[in-house]
Amino acid sequence: MEITLNPLSPSVNKTFYTSLFDLKDGERIRTCLQCGTCSGVCPFGYIMKFPPGKIVGALRAEIFEQVLKTDTVWMCVSCNACASFCPSNIPITAALMTRTKEEMLLAGNIPTELQAALENTQRYGNPMGESPRKRADWTLGLQPEVNVLAKTRQPVDVLWYVGDYASYHSRMQSATKALARILNALGINFGILGPEEFSDGDSQRLAGERGLFEMMAQKNGALFKKYKFNEIITTDPHAFNAMKNEYPAMGITYPVKHYTQFLAERLEQLKPMLKNEIKAKVAYHDPCYLGRVNGVFDEPRALITAIPGVELVEMSHQRINSLCCGGGGGGMWLDGFQWEKAHTRLSEWRIREAVASNAQILAVACPYEPPRFEDATKTIQAASQLKVREIAELLAESMDL
Amino acid sequence: MKIAVPVKFVPDLVEELTIDPGGTALDTTWLRLIISEFDDHAVEQAILVKEKNGGQVCVIMAEADGADDFLFTAAAKGADQLIKLTGDFSNVNNHALARAHAEVLKDLHPDLILTGVQAHNDLDGSIGPLLAEYLGMPYVGYVAGITIDGDKVIARKEYAGGLIAEIEVKLPAVLGIQAAEQPPRYVAYSKIRQVMSTAKIEEKPGSALSLEESIVVSRMFLPEVAERATMLEGSPDDVAAKLIAIFKEQGTL
Repeated sequence: MEITLNPLSPSVNKTFYTSLFDLKDGERIRTCLQCGTCSGVCPFGYIMKFPPGKIVGALRAEIFEQVLKTDTVWMCVSCNACASFCPSNIPITAALMTRTKEEMLLAGNIPTELQAALENTQRYGNPMGESPRKRADWTLGLQPEVNVLAKTRQPVDVLWYVGDYASYHSRMQSATKALARILNALGINFGILGPEEFSDGDSQRLAGERGLFEMMAQKNGALFKKYKFNEIITTDPHAFNAMKNEYPAMGITYPVKHYTQFLAERLEQLKPMLKNEIKAKVAYHDPCYLGRVNGVFDEPRALITAIPGVELVEMSHQRINSLCCGGGGGGMWLDGFQWEKAHTRLSEWRIREAVASNAQILAVACPYEPPRFEDATKTIQAASQLKVREIAELLAESMDL
Repeated sequence: MKIAVPVKFVPDLVEELTIDPGGTALDTTWLRLIISEFDDHAVEQAILVKEKNGGQVCVIMAEADGADDFLFTAAAKGADQLIKLTGDFSNVNNHALARAHAEVLKDLHPDLILTGVQAHNDLDGSIGPLLAEYLGMPYVGYVAGITIDGDKVIARKEYAGGLIAEIEVKLPAVLGIQAAEQPPRYVAYSKIRQVMSTAKIEEKPGSALSLEESIVVSRMFLPEVAERATMLEGSPDDVAAKLIAIFKEQGTL
């Protein structure tokens, strides 16, 4: 695409630029050095007409309208790599990229695949368009029965916010059940919201649908108020991120942990229960919104290495430098769009890295990942022997649950 | 150019449908309603015509759970006037519903009426032709594209076998929309919320809701298992072998 200096629309440009200053640390964008680190570290930066650094350049040149004429901001998977390596600490993902998506969405310029996920969220409270009534169907047959708060109305210690993919996705359900068994084995008094639960809304927010996110947050907030519990745990790092960093600004403040943190706190209690050996080299994939964004790197590794027989190996991209699975920021609902542009998937790159690390098992801790990575093992020939397992599944196997 | 779009809700198939104990209707306990997909396209087509030719779009629907939200969403997309028919529409068939719409449409004097060509709960014919009959207007159904030409409209009608006809119709007319020229647009939730505080929904009593002219449902039931199918059991190899034997027996191999 050619960049022209005509026509200039300083008003669109200025309104957008100054709107960034209202966001947390948004004014830091003025300190951009134009070093290009963000565009280089961005996993899809090479394919964007306007990678992050160039968007800042366009804003300064007052030609932001041209950014809005391209659709490549939908390649952004909100993985936060750009922001993590920015020498000026500019919140590139949270402010610049997300605001750009919001602007595209307000103009009605969004890929159809994403539209369906957003409409489903609005209507059914989950992006897949599943029946809200079936949200707790994964619990069927589990003993003891999982405590659905709307039914029992009993106070619990822990409210487990299960989330969309952990509730509905057939591949994830085995991990969700495994976590329920682990919590029971540890004697945790927990409950779930079941059919009442709404999407956490975080990926929709990062896909530019702020209003929808607020609607979901308010609905979940009203539910949290209804029941008595001491803390929230989440299966999904995105839900953890939303409830830790976004919900409080809307007056919804509860202590929240990702389940790997919660279990790592109980490692001494868990250790004697980890009886079965899993003799394998295990690589761990840091989910963006657990690791890079929220600094939880050690707890998942502590859980994995507590399993007898496991040898933890590291991939070339790890911890803060982890490589996104491609599902964030709306990527989960842009598979066709992104494939058309890139002819590759980030999950496939990651699987190649796992193979190169000689791992036999790729351990994950985010509900987007088992289906994404498992699909990738089917298309990468060298990965035919690689198994993708949720940490909860590995623990439950070792605990003989 | 005034475009009226009468639309209706249908049962949402995301929830499983159950028959009520009477055996002649759906059990409405868990039933959720959703806009009929074809009606959603009719709204989009109306807004596309407005964007191209100017004019006003008026969306009309019978009251139901979620009707306000749908009307506000239509306004956020570009509809100018929102009308809700009030009354008990829970057991109304398409003849009665079309009559109620026709009463309101008579007063609106639209140049063009667009509605979904069909809905999955049409038991007694679709709304479009009934409306055309009650209003004395021409009707073309299965339309997937519209050009306004003065006091005429050119409708592109889809036929089987990949044929498309361009049909010239004098306005005012009723068109049954099969698909809009582009998929129904997305509108940000913040925009819908904004519209909720500014747009007005006019309420009009739905008259002539007589059910007497209706068809009578004598039995409603889920498809019953017929005996023509043979289930092949065993390992994939066994099943494949049996299948090949059957193909040979039938003379297809």
